[in-house]
Amino acid sequence: MQALPATCWLNPASCEKNELMIALSIFNRVVMAAVTLFGVALIVFVLLRVVPGDPIAMMISPGASAADIAALRAHYGLDASLPVQFGLWLKAMLGGDFGTSISLKRSVLDLLGERLPATLELAVAALFLAVASGVAVAVVGTLMRRGPLEPVVDALNGVFLAVPDFVWALALVLMLGVFYPLFPLSGRIDPTIDMPFATPFYLIESLVRLHFAVFCDVVAHMVMPVLALGLPLAAIIARVLKAALSEAMVQDYILLARLKGMSELRLVVQEALRNAIGPTIALTGVQFTFLIGGTVIVERIFSYPGIGNMAIDAVINRDLPLIQGLVLVFGVLFILVNLLVDLLVAAFNPRLRHG
Amino acid sequence: MTTLTRREALSLGAATFITGILAGRNIVLAAENGTLTIAFNVNLPSFDPTTGPSAVNPAIQAIYRSIFDQFIGQGPDLKFQPGLLTDWGWNEDKTKVWMDVREGVTWHDGTPFTPEDVVWSLTRAADQKGGNPISFIWSTAGNYKIEGHRITGDVLRFEPTYFKWMAFLTGYVLPKAYYEKVGAEGFEKKPIGTGPYMVDAYEGNAFLRLKANPHYFGGKPAFDTVVFKFVPDTTSRVAEIESGSSDITLEIPYEDFDRLKKKSGLSGTATPISDIGMIFINNIDVMLDKNVRLAAHHAIDKKAIVARLLRGYGVPIDTLEAPEYDAFDPSIVVGYDAGKAKALLAASGYSSEKPVKFKIQTTRGFKPKDYEMIQAIVGMWRKVGIEADIEVYEIAKHYELRAADALAPAAFYNWGNAIGDPTTSTGFAMFGPSPHSVWNTDDLDNMIGPLWGEKDEAKRIAGWKAVSKYIAEQGYVIPLLQYAQPIVYKESLKVVPNVSGALQPTLVAKA
Repeated sequence: MQALPATCWLNPASCEKNELMIALSIFNRVVMAAVTLFGVALIVFVLLRVVPGDPIAMMISPGASAADIAALRAHYGLDASLPVQFGLWLKAMLGGDFGTSISLKRSVLDLLGERLPATLELAVAALFLAVASGVAVAVVGTLMRRGPLEPVVDALNGVFLAVPDFVWALALVLMLGVFYPLFPLSGRIDPTIDMPFATPFYLIESLVRLHFAVFCDVVAHMVMPVLALGLPLAAIIARVLKAALSEAMVQDYILLARLKGMSELRLVVQEALRNAIGPTIALTGVQFTFLIGGTVIVERIFSYPGIGNMAIDAVINRDLPLIQGLVLVFGVLFILVNLLVDLLVAAFNPRLRHG
Repeated sequence: MTTLTRREALSLGAATFITGILAGRNIVLAAENGTLTIAFNVNLPSFDPTTGPSAVNPAIQAIYRSIFDQFIGQGPDLKFQPGLLTDWGWNEDKTKVWMDVREGVTWHDGTPFTPEDVVWSLTRAADQKGGNPISFIWSTAGNYKIEGHRITGDVLRFEPTYFKWMAFLTGYVLPKAYYEKVGAEGFEKKPIGTGPYMVDAYEGNAFLRLKANPHYFGGKPAFDTVVFKFVPDTTSRVAEIESGSSDITLEIPYEDFDRLKKKSGLSGTATPISDIGMIFINNIDVMLDKNVRLAAHHAIDKKAIVARLLRGYGVPIDTLEAPEYDAFDPSIVVGYDAGKAKALLAASGYSSEKPVKFKIQTTRGFKPKDYEMIQAIVGMWRKVGIEADIEVYEIAKHYELRAADALAPAAFYNWGNAIGDPTTSTGFAMFGPSPHSVWNTDDLDNMIGPLWGEKDEAKRIAGWKAVSKYIAEQGYVIPLLQYAQPIVYKESLKVVPNVSGALQPTLVAKA
């Protein structure tokens, strides 16, 4: 994706052909997103029907005749040719009908609407944790550079970097779930809590409605999955940002600021960080999409009712309509995240902003 | 007046927040407040126990049996008992069925349960378009008539297991008036039954909360509240019971079972259930040689597999009929005999130097130690002159290949049979026209065929025993073992193991 159009969106005045550029870039984005989504939809649709695992074979009763099996196949619309099936699905989807889940017997769109917020809350919380702790470690590490503690910080960061999210999840289950049972092991909310939520955004809603006990319970259920998802990303952010900060700290403008008498902390936070953050934002965006992918396993381990957990069941049951819907949602999320990253990179990079 | 600096205010807020999160940790103990929390091994995809893939998932029946009642009940020893039908049977010449419907039962919404509900449920189940995967059984009777609390119907095609299925998959009674009023989607949102527990709250992939039905015809249940936590990950289920977050769990590794049941405050049981491990033999390639088939069976030391891989939890079997099943015949023994296996292979020109080669397919992690078991078997085979390549596949691929009759010469699988009838084990697994069979030859089909409609029960069971004997003699399948189901629970509970494998809350009580 090109970052140039984003500069015009943020600061049209700085763009020489701003209006035309804005219109073109928006059009460009929409077309690219549509083409990408169409490609994703087509690939997933074909792949699901080519890879082993026929959903009908999993439903055949012991006494079923060939006619019964054919009827079942027709019932789920799997008897037509692949192009016809794809055309029908695409047409229905464009009309807002994502189909009905074979295993859950409910509208795919409704299911996604219910489960996506859980995953979004988890992913965004993990992102916040990762950014906050990653930036903090990078700043501290930069302040300690060339000191005796720098290798310790780097080594610890390396350990966090090497351990993948699902290993963190299992380790956390043991540490904070069994040995020191501080946090709930499974679910999104305590099953004994009776609170009729009006929206699927439990965290936000409980906070807005000032149900503090419920809010704390939802947060408690998020702690371990958020840590599992956020710690590896935090380590990546810390490593990249620390390297960028170290590079920035030897630049002339830092030397000048230091000569003016600025403290080391202010030098790092106020001067170097602004210039060094660009690559980190771009990388964080890319890694955030991986983080969303990581929710599949992490949600499963913590029985967290998001789209990741649902995706595993959908794959096991070869629930084709649901898998297709889920993949499209992941696709949309990836496109939106990339778009947001482009905007943020432009916002933080003066050369792009004024370019 | 006390004044707080910004830093103090922020610190206080953070401290309150963390205290709130940690204080929110709420472990509910079954024996103390009447809530039973089960760390359950599968998710509940749908509340309708009669349609779709979940209807034929044996693991979910524990939940369905908590909310709904079956036409006919079943005890933990697989014996049939009155359910919503108090009595049932065929007429003399087995051209009609009759059923007596229980009186004084109400649905969870307070409306009375009636014989119309039973007839509607049976008719709906028989309708092929309704999506009931077992409609081939329900459609064998019809033209139901109601007289008082007795229902009679015509036998359209005699099916000896018709009533047995009433205690098995999809054999549930649903509320006619309510279902017609709210529709399928409405029913999924707010299901009602006549069962011991009522749906109180549900969050897919997370939990199901049930409240006791105070008007249940079988008496008020032992627990006011039952929570099924859906924890499909094995490690997490172990953690749930070990941390005290759940009162009971099941289907955990035998190593963890042995460890946990020794822990203070926990108990365990591992009883054989109606689920067996087996190796399908396909009538292709080298498996067309009887000597190879029999050698493959004789070469397997099942006792060693159970003892060493499954830590003693399991029962070696030689037919597809487990000891609790109606057609179990203890006289049919194949036996481990490596010498005999070598001799059989030698008769067909094979030896350790010139081994017979074929492929064996297996899942990995779908059943306890499935892959390890096949690895051990392949090792045993190698010693007698069989060289087998292992192919690991997903269970979905197994179903697809089996439906297309395209499995490898040997394929590991497990087979459940919670009603213990030979048709639902040996029958469907071995009868050629069944989409689930793998060995398809006329000799066996000619033996099995007449048994499907046999009206003399003693003759029917004797016929199935003869089929099992013939299969063992011909080596058409390799039964391995009957699984034992590990259940770990708090000492404050009393659990009655269920041979069907369904961990029903009604079988759990306070100690």
